[in-house]
Amino acid sequence: MLLSLAPSALPIGIHGIEKRFGALSILSDLSLDVAAGEFLTLLGPSGSGKTTLLMILAGFVRANAGSIKVGGEEIITMPPHKRNIGMVFQNYALFPHMNVFHNIAFPLKQRRVSAAETAERVERALDLVQLKGLGERRVDQLSGGQRQRVALARAIVFEPRIVLMDEPLSALDKGLREHMQIELRNLHRRLGMTTVYVTHDQREAITMSDRIAVMNAGRIEQIDQPEVLYARPKTKFVAGFIGESNFIPVECRNGSVWYEDRKLRMNDPAPSAGRHLMVVRPEKLRLLADADQARPVNALPATVGDVIYQGDSFICYATLRDGRQVTLRDYCRSDVLAKLPAPGEPITLGIDAQDVVLVTDQ
Amino acid sequence: MSIGSASLGHAVRQDGELNARALRSDARRQALGLLALLSPGLFLVFAVIIVPIGWLFWLSLFDESGQLSLANYARFFEQASYIKTFATTFKVAFVVTGACVLFGYPLAYMLSQLPRRAASICLIFVILPFWTSVLVRTYAWLVILQRKGLINNWLIDLGVIGQPLPLANNFAGVVIGMTHIMLPFLVLPLYASMKTIDVDCLRAGMNLGASPAATFRQIFFPLSLPGLASGVVIVFVLCLGFFVTPALMGGGKVIMWAMRMEQATSLYSNWGAGAALGVVLLAVTLALLGLFQWLLGARATGVWSQR
Amino acid sequence: MSAESSLPITHWQRLWLYLLGGLVMLFLIAPSVIIVIMSFSGSTLLQFPPEQWSLRWYESYFGSVEWRDATIVSVKVAVMTAIVATPLGTAAAYAINAGTLRLTGAINALLTASLIIPVILIGIGTFFLYARIGLNNTLTGLVIAHTVQALPLVVLTVLSGLRSYDMNQEMVARSLGAGRFAAFLQVTMPQLRFSIVSGALFAFITSFDEVVVSLFISGGETTTLTRRMFNALRDQIDPTIAAISTCLIVLSIVLLSAAQLFGRGR
Repeated sequence: MLLSLAPSALPIGIHGIEKRFGALSILSDLSLDVAAGEFLTLLGPSGSGKTTLLMILAGFVRANAGSIKVGGEEIITMPPHKRNIGMVFQNYALFPHMNVFHNIAFPLKQRRVSAAETAERVERALDLVQLKGLGERRVDQLSGGQRQRVALARAIVFEPRIVLMDEPLSALDKGLREHMQIELRNLHRRLGMTTVYVTHDQREAITMSDRIAVMNAGRIEQIDQPEVLYARPKTKFVAGFIGESNFIPVECRNGSVWYEDRKLRMNDPAPSAGRHLMVVRPEKLRLLADADQARPVNALPATVGDVIYQGDSFICYATLRDGRQVTLRDYCRSDVLAKLPAPGEPITLGIDAQDVVLVTDQ
Repeated sequence: MSIGSASLGHAVRQDGELNARALRSDARRQALGLLALLSPGLFLVFAVIIVPIGWLFWLSLFDESGQLSLANYARFFEQASYIKTFATTFKVAFVVTGACVLFGYPLAYMLSQLPRRAASICLIFVILPFWTSVLVRTYAWLVILQRKGLINNWLIDLGVIGQPLPLANNFAGVVIGMTHIMLPFLVLPLYASMKTIDVDCLRAGMNLGASPAATFRQIFFPLSLPGLASGVVIVFVLCLGFFVTPALMGGGKVIMWAMRMEQATSLYSNWGAGAALGVVLLAVTLALLGLFQWLLGARATGVWSQR
Repeated sequence: MSAESSLPITHWQRLWLYLLGGLVMLFLIAPSVIIVIMSFSGSTLLQFPPEQWSLRWYESYFGSVEWRDATIVSVKVAVMTAIVATPLGTAAAYAINAGTLRLTGAINALLTASLIIPVILIGIGTFFLYARIGLNNTLTGLVIAHTVQALPLVVLTVLSGLRSYDMNQEMVARSLGAGRFAAFLQVTMPQLRFSIVSGALFAFITSFDEVVVSLFISGGETTTLTRRMFNALRDQIDPTIAAISTCLIVLSIVLLSAAQLFGRGR
């Protein structure tokens, strides 16, 4: 019953893309490799160039320079209709003057597929997106989620080498969006097509992707698997954009890293000499009891500010000795709650050596 | 995925401009394609409007003996009949524009305040005349206004007057006929701009203590001014070059600019004189429209793109 | 009171406005109504309402070879103008809407120039040009001149249709394997058909009702209906013109309603 895409999934090699509008540079010297069958997400704030890059891949925006190779074949000057790339738009762009069947059959019609085969393939695609039997529906009779599925079916029915998606879930409400994230993810696992997905929603990116390319101001800041990206951000932007972070200024001299007069214990090798920022996720900060001092942990003295309960967890704002405010998050377990200090009390915050991540201070 | 040429020393330098030439020619090809879509229309406009008008302009610079001179233009200041034509034209244009504002503003205001359905029915009364032949409407006014026309017949039958009133074949007739023809050109853009005024602005005005009259005066009216200005400009400009109604309803007494041009070319075959009149008319028209666009940053041709 | 104008003003307080607006609407519509009624008059005198009714002015219109020939010329020219101006205007509007060309503003201004350039100047200029290339008193010449005058209406109508159309649809069609022209034909045009048909109808009316340019460049065999009417009106007021006018008014109503109905039926 499956469309068999896996054998034809192809890698994409993007190299040296330049895009300028007049004097304004949108993308500069951008390079990126997407493996065959990979689900890669372009994540970034609006204006970071992620949609422009997607449009260049699809052929709707022309780059000023660069190369895009799909399975080794250069496609940068190829017109969109010859690229064999399935695309799902943010607003779905279903054709309102055609019913569901004809929407999905559209790419097959362009490829002069016979009527019998078209009917069969549209039926399979409808089945795949769980819309069996809705072929005769008009587009305006569909719910938001159903439209999304039709757009998806239309983009994969012709077995494209690559599928591009431009924030396809952003128009759906939260519950449906989370459901569709899992569904899209499973569909990708079953069909194995190379997918480039654009979103500004970090949670969506983390849920769905094999790898995430974080974009900022026309450049790729970091490409990594979601868990690496979260645990080991390479730049301050990535650390700030994905999840919450405390930034604590540290200095590197004589091959070790210092926070004020304390030498930090860390697993990573020390970086180059100079000023750096230590990235600490709120849930990696711990309240230290005296007994914990023996472990290889970095202890930071601080004063408790507000403590905010959020049901399953709590947030504790604390002020370090240098006056910097940091955030700590933990679950409301009874043992943690028992040692929770009152506002104004001095405490010691702990960071495990393995959780110390340094980025350059830009 | 290897970039074959990247290992060569000189290729690395070119790397930033990879495929740049192919992409540029691709862009050029697309621009040419779009230009090809435009070219038939542009060619016709160029051939039928730009070329002849340019030719006429060239012609207007020569006097009857074929010498380069400004004689055709000097005439405008020297001959009383020309001065009278210009005076008549501007007088008609001013009076007609004024009448259109006087009648058009309340109508547009009413349309903008009516519920959607009622407004679209009332709008038919504006749009139908807009799309009815100018000739038909002028004929109708001739029938209504002439010496033995409907109005005079009625008034005499009713004993209000003994002698027929001179309503057609004079200035009054021209103004009435032209006001009827120009009114939609004022009402349509004005109505469109009034529809965009946010009712919440008016509610806020009243909420802040302004009376309905003060709300209209201080909030609605200023917000409707751009639409009014665009209607006024288009009506005035169209009046300056208008031909059919003054020619048929002026009774030979109201000679307007366009009629003068027709006489010069058809009657006297004096192309230089007709062309010079045309050049000045076009210059005044474009200057007014340019001034309008510069002041309000909007095009005055919007009236034709709404239904 | 409706929600969209629920200001604390009653319709009663606005009575004066409705009265004034009603009078202006009467002023706008009365001439057409009077002409339609008068066209069924039985007498040559201009009486309103007419004392006897007849179809004699319609018989006089349809019975006259001259009027009939002029009508046929006008219909031919208007149909051909619509056929030529609609594709040209649609193509131009598409290119302007793509907006990637430099000088889009200038191109737009040039294409819509015939709306603001005094028609009398276009008439004289066209006559002058046609005199040199032998197009005066020809159908071709009329169609070309009328196409230039109808073009801006098609461009503006289609352009406003394109502005409310989601260009993503054409993009998605192209990504699905349709070339640019195929995508336009299969996806964009069916959704623009209301604008395109409206543009064609406006082009037809524009040509059919055109007076001033036709006055200069039509004559003899190719005298248009409006030119003949204009000349007839200069001489005397022939009630036959009331019958012709009624036909023109009906034509306008039919074409405008066709445009409206077509818009609703999509």
